[in-house]
Amino acid sequence: MTDAGTATHSIVIERVMPHPPERIWRALTQGPLIEAWLMKNDFQPVVGHRFNLRSTPMPHWNGVVDCEVLVVEPNARLSYRWNASGEEAATGIKTIVTWTLTPANSGTLVRMEQSGFRPEHAGNYQGAKYGWQKYFAGLEQVAAGVP
Amino acid sequence: MPIASTELFSALADPTRRAIFERLARDGEQTVGVLTGQAGVSQPAVSKHLAVLKLAGLVLDRRDGRQTHYSAQPQGLTPLLDWISLYGAFWRDRFDRLETLLNRMDQ
Repeated sequence: MTDAGTATHSIVIERVMPHPPERIWRALTQGPLIEAWLMKNDFQPVVGHRFNLRSTPMPHWNGVVDCEVLVVEPNARLSYRWNASGEEAATGIKTIVTWTLTPANSGTLVRMEQSGFRPEHAGNYQGAKYGWQKYFAGLEQVAAGVP
Repeated sequence: MPIASTELFSALADPTRRAIFERLARDGEQTVGVLTGQAGVSQPAVSKHLAVLKLAGLVLDRRDGRQTHYSAQPQGLTPLLDWISLYGAFWRDRFDRLETLLNRMDQ
């Protein structure tokens, strides 16, 4: 998925869950509950709060995500920065994760968008940014044509 | 989360190299001479670009007498596509865990 006018990519995951928004909100914003499904953390539902998500290090990833709370609208919307950390901060990803909860017939539509992926963040590419959006659109077609 | 190889991103960061790769992917195998005709740069420059693309796993070369023919290796792009799709897989897995947790939580 590509954002119009910029060379960034987003991931969107949507799922209707048979639970009220209030319960899902707790799972998204209470530290021990976040740890149960995402990662160890020192999250606080306060705009401007900086926190880390910590996972097991693996090759090419130190296991730490640098985060900052951007939006807290109880039971409706939560947004935080999701950036590479430590030595990987300079060249790694700088993205924003936004959760949106919308009441649905049988529960709640949970929408997660992680936006701001730039291909150059994965390497040490510092050059011209032009062409990436168009290029990526073409890449998937090229790859799809692989016998 | 793993990142794709630096060689791959460096190779694709250059517009001339992207154009060469796209041309090979679209039109099939070509010689350096034919590629130079369209690239708008010198033959040594095209050869250098092809060497970078080869190192990144994006092109293959084949000697035929005095000519070297180059062809695109689109599967070389896979790590790059995987890099984005890895996060998709990550989040789908976390959505599953979130649902499991919600089912366990107090009513």
